[in-house]
Amino acid sequence: MKPEPLHRKDLLSIRDLSPGEILFLLEMTDSFREVNEREIKKVPTLRGKTVVNLFFEPSTRTRTSFEIAGKRLSADVINISADVSAAKKGETLRDTARNIEAMATDVVVVRHPASGAPAYLARELRCGVVNAGDGCHEHPTQALLDLYTIREHKKDFEGLRVSIVGDIARSRVARSNIIALGKLGAEVMICGPRTMLPAEAESLGARVTTRVEEAIEWSDVLMALRIQLERGGGASFPSAREYANTYGINRKRLDGAKPDLLIMHPGPINRGVEMSPDVADGPFSVILEQVAYGVACRMGILYLLAGQRSATSADVPGAEAPGADASTEDGSGAAAAGGGAGETRKPEVENAVAR
Amino acid sequence: MREPMREEIGADQLHRTLKRLSHEIIEQTGDQGSLALVGIRTRGVTLAERLARTIEELARFRPPVGALDVTLYRDDLDRTGGARQRLRKTDIPFSCEGKDIVLVDDVLFTGRTVRAALAAIVNFGRPGRVLLAVAVDRGARELPVRADFVGRNMDVLPDEEVQVLFEESDGRDGIVVRDSPDFAKRHIPKNIPKNFETHPAAPEDSP
Repeated sequence: MKPEPLHRKDLLSIRDLSPGEILFLLEMTDSFREVNEREIKKVPTLRGKTVVNLFFEPSTRTRTSFEIAGKRLSADVINISADVSAAKKGETLRDTARNIEAMATDVVVVRHPASGAPAYLARELRCGVVNAGDGCHEHPTQALLDLYTIREHKKDFEGLRVSIVGDIARSRVARSNIIALGKLGAEVMICGPRTMLPAEAESLGARVTTRVEEAIEWSDVLMALRIQLERGGGASFPSAREYANTYGINRKRLDGAKPDLLIMHPGPINRGVEMSPDVADGPFSVILEQVAYGVACRMGILYLLAGQRSATSADVPGAEAPGADASTEDGSGAAAAGGGAGETRKPEVENAVAR
Repeated sequence: MREPMREEIGADQLHRTLKRLSHEIIEQTGDQGSLALVGIRTRGVTLAERLARTIEELARFRPPVGALDVTLYRDDLDRTGGARQRLRKTDIPFSCEGKDIVLVDDVLFTGRTVRAALAAIVNFGRPGRVLLAVAVDRGARELPVRADFVGRNMDVLPDEEVQVLFEESDGRDGIVVRDSPDFAKRHIPKNIPKNFETHPAAPEDSP
């Protein structure tokens, strides 16, 4: 498997990506990591580009991470969250997004409770769209930064054993990671109470267990997921304390682990529920490394999507005046959107560098 | 017909050229505490390491060598599709503060890479001086840039590509000129400088 450059308008899911493209994004992350280690952590690359964070769900890490990533590349970054946006007044997702695009935005980063919302926007908009987590579907940038963190410690994915413990069925992080790890040749085991395991687990190529001890013993890498009370996680088990007793990762349970086990968590942690504080802050934990690499990973993605010829410039056929938007009601919408999307972009010469 | 590739300079000649460049660098910068070489990825780095080695042989001190990737500082990313190309790591393991920094690249052409390198280098401390060393200057600048140390001045046609070869990456040392219509498509400036138009076409009628 060799890195292969990404030719995409959007980053919507890990499922879309080839193993080569994933490796390319990891290589990109590695290059941008160096920028974050400088004293002056800013490069002029995306000067004049605009990135909008459109978040319809609460988030600290991901939103901040994208914001810092954009700013370190010199892009202008604007944050919009659902509770202060016109969505509260009843504006549709499509209208919100098309209005944002009309202000000559280059990339929209979307988090939404509905699975598929970013993919829908990607079809509607000419600018790039990044999925920053959609419902129970995918969270591709999280999986990429997880992969990068794993590779920093384990070098090779081939035959590597990674277990994911927690509410697998409702976790977009788990789904993206299972797919990504599978593409790179790692073995995945998922672990949790039956009520939290997806029906199609085997079809994703993952082993399944309900015993956390088995997962711990088997693993080179262990990812604990947050128990997502907001997605109905509370109905899948009697109490947080019982979950902690049966599935919580604590020091004592790690007695059976390999000496170089890597402990990961996408955050935010429910301390004392899925993971005890002594493990989260312990020697195996790389949780804060994940966060640090997340910025570099997102810099790479913004660079790839926004560093192209601006999609909103006047020479794109079918670009309407912003005012025309208002008349685009449901029925006529499809026709108006017809001129959009990636096909209008000219193919570009690869590897072209002027000396 | 022109040969698709012609050898311009062989290994021995290149070695002598590098030696001369090293002498000139020592002469100009003198003080060993302040000299540092920064190669521009990728071939500039190999060249910088070669120069550091030669300088060590001649002056008994080895200047530190850094590597600079200027991709993030280019002004032509939108035009070249550069955003899709590989990005390499910048690795400058010393502070540039107050130093005599010699930027090193293999071929000087439009000057855009050098402009990007100048924008990049100041992020690693404020250098006392920045100088430029290149193995080949092929002319046709698009920016007011000149080199302080030039290995070779070469007159080549706009659709020819000059490559400096190194043992480390290419298996042999030397400088070659290739016919490269692709290269021309990407790089020929809209207003081709006069000296290109008047340049003799090809060495086909030479014996």
